[in-house]
Amino acid sequence: MAASQDTIDEVRSFDLENYKYGFVTDIESEKAPKGLNEDIVRFISDKKNEPQWMLDWRLKAFERWHEMVEPKWAKVHYPAIDFQDAYYYAAPKTDEDRPDSLDEVDPELLKTYEKLGIPLKEQELLAGVKNIAVDVVFDSVSVITTFKETLAESGVIFCPMSEAVQKYPELVQKYLGSVVPVTDNFYATLNSAVFSDGSFVYLPEGVRCPMELSTYFRINEAETGQFERTLIIADKGSYVSYLEGCTAPMRDENQLHAAVVELIVMDDAEIKYSTVQNWYPGDVNGKGGIYNFVTKRGDCRGRNSKISWTQVETGSAITWKYPSCILRGENSVGEFYSIAITNNYQQADTGTKMIHLGKNTRSRIVSKGISAGHAQNTYRGLVTMHPKAENARNHTQCDSLLIGDKCGAHTVPYIESRNPSAIIEHEATTSKLSEEQLFYCRQRGLSQEEAIALLVNGFCRDVLQKLPMEFAVEAQKLVSISLEGSVG
Amino acid sequence: MLEIKDLHVEVDGKEILKGLSLSVKPGEVHAIMGPNGSGKSTLSYVLAGREGYDITSGSVIFEGHDMTQLKPEERAAKGVFLAFQYPLEIPGVTTMTFLRTALNAQQKARGESELDAPSFLRLIREKARLLNISDDMLKRSLNTGFSGGEKKRNEILQMMLFEPKLAILDETDSGLDIDAMKIVAEGVNALRTPQRAMLVITHYQRLLDYIVPDVVHVLANGRIAKSGDKNLALELERTGYDAFVSDAVLP
Repeated sequence: MAASQDTIDEVRSFDLENYKYGFVTDIESEKAPKGLNEDIVRFISDKKNEPQWMLDWRLKAFERWHEMVEPKWAKVHYPAIDFQDAYYYAAPKTDEDRPDSLDEVDPELLKTYEKLGIPLKEQELLAGVKNIAVDVVFDSVSVITTFKETLAESGVIFCPMSEAVQKYPELVQKYLGSVVPVTDNFYATLNSAVFSDGSFVYLPEGVRCPMELSTYFRINEAETGQFERTLIIADKGSYVSYLEGCTAPMRDENQLHAAVVELIVMDDAEIKYSTVQNWYPGDVNGKGGIYNFVTKRGDCRGRNSKISWTQVETGSAITWKYPSCILRGENSVGEFYSIAITNNYQQADTGTKMIHLGKNTRSRIVSKGISAGHAQNTYRGLVTMHPKAENARNHTQCDSLLIGDKCGAHTVPYIESRNPSAIIEHEATTSKLSEEQLFYCRQRGLSQEEAIALLVNGFCRDVLQKLPMEFAVEAQKLVSISLEGSVG
Repeated sequence: MLEIKDLHVEVDGKEILKGLSLSVKPGEVHAIMGPNGSGKSTLSYVLAGREGYDITSGSVIFEGHDMTQLKPEERAAKGVFLAFQYPLEIPGVTTMTFLRTALNAQQKARGESELDAPSFLRLIREKARLLNISDDMLKRSLNTGFSGGEKKRNEILQMMLFEPKLAILDETDSGLDIDAMKIVAEGVNALRTPQRAMLVITHYQRLLDYIVPDVVHVLANGRIAKSGDKNLALELERTGYDAFVSDAVLP
């Protein structure tokens, strides 16, 4: 109840022309030369002082990438990307070494995160209600990770990927690329060659992570791509809830973001992965905005393992993203809860893949797509039951909501069953936000904006409820803000 | 309280109200009766400020001020309430959340302080009890999957909560069985005060056995064809609307 009031307050105070996170931080940065070639790959690896095996891995990916072509099957349209016309590495030019504590972090950077509403000071976090460890990735590098010591006491490793390569090479070598192979797809391969930073999480056997883990990604530099890499390994019987958030400044040119996230879940373990994606979506005429091409996949390797993806996608000019689950272990469970909102000229092609390999595996998909303005919103999903997936089950629910008469909603479900005992259910609805509903709300005293916020939040409720509490409120606000000015 | 003078209203270029005049004082209950298509619902939507109902001439004065330029939510905050003939379903928003959000919005617009959550809860439970509305119903999505009777009771609950100055009930009796109608009528009667005015729009006389009006108007062909006391409704029940419809088409 309080949250919807917050939503309304937020909508009231929101300035339509102003993407809240659109500011640029004036920080001196160090960049690699523009363009992409083998030297750049070596440069990035060298900057991070990587061991030879890591460099070799990158070079192999880069070689392969040359032979690949961009995927064109998604329902998104954009001018050809010139991959030579971008920077592949940018780092705040602070001290050569990574700061050990917040005192050593550039104050400008701290201010940036203050503006973003992300608390980094551990004592503030402890004093408040939030109990979240945060890893912060600014352009190409991780700048700080909080609560490392507290986490270490419970045996949880939470650190930047670049640090994991140095400190835990055996874990990284064993698992990196084991869910999303280097050759998986054009963007994943590109990421493998030039990935800069991201988060690494390892949960030892039987450990329930004592706090929420979170990574905030920020693109600050112009003409710079961000290629983060996240790897989470949940050993037997462990549990973690992880959240990522992302923002970027308002810029007229498009910027590329191509991330890879891999999850590995062993027997009886669970990962809950939530995303609030709010990259700059471009202006009302479709100028600027982030191209968001992301590969996210989780592997339920163990028996009774579980992966739950929850995403609230409101930003980016183009979204191409299919967080998926490989349900290998017996009785493993995959879930995908998604809200995708497109307004103005945004385009989203998003969904999931549930690949049932093991016996008694179960998956559930709930997708809520909202389209306003001139936007195009596509749900694309695959549910596949392999011959050994005895008694596997899937339930899919796809709901689309249209606001106005110039937008589009599309649903493209692929279903493959090669096991007669499998049960697959698919439900889909498409509805339009009705003038009658709006009038009804307004007759009761709500403004047009408040009414839309209330109706859309109601439409998304099943998914919003899946988010960790702290972020549900934030997400509700975001839902309303993203649809500002979408009617009349 | 409400002065409507020579009101002409078009919907999609077609004139529906053709010179309607009506004067309602505080404390009065006026019944508006008329055949289908006479403009009853149009009148209720125009008063509530729905888009697409264009006033081509005439005036609507509410408490001494021109109301025609106000947005629907501004009218609501000033105390105009419309109980819908077909209340809308709002999936995913509980009745409780909807009512609190709406009440807060109205109070904010009037510069009043908002009720805190426990006070609101107490208030809504007390009102709901009078209408036989369960806590369970308050927790369900607004009107979603409600029966016809539940929807109408919910409209009256909202009226009780918002305590409007002018309440317009658009065919509140339609789709109600006799027991539900009694509950609704009791709720409405409980709200009759010397300060509050009501427009009860209905096709049938039977609701007026329970909500006894001060004045009865016959609306036919876009204007008030006849006005009288409660006995006019009984007369209509016997004679039907034919006389008014045929009268009205004559020049």
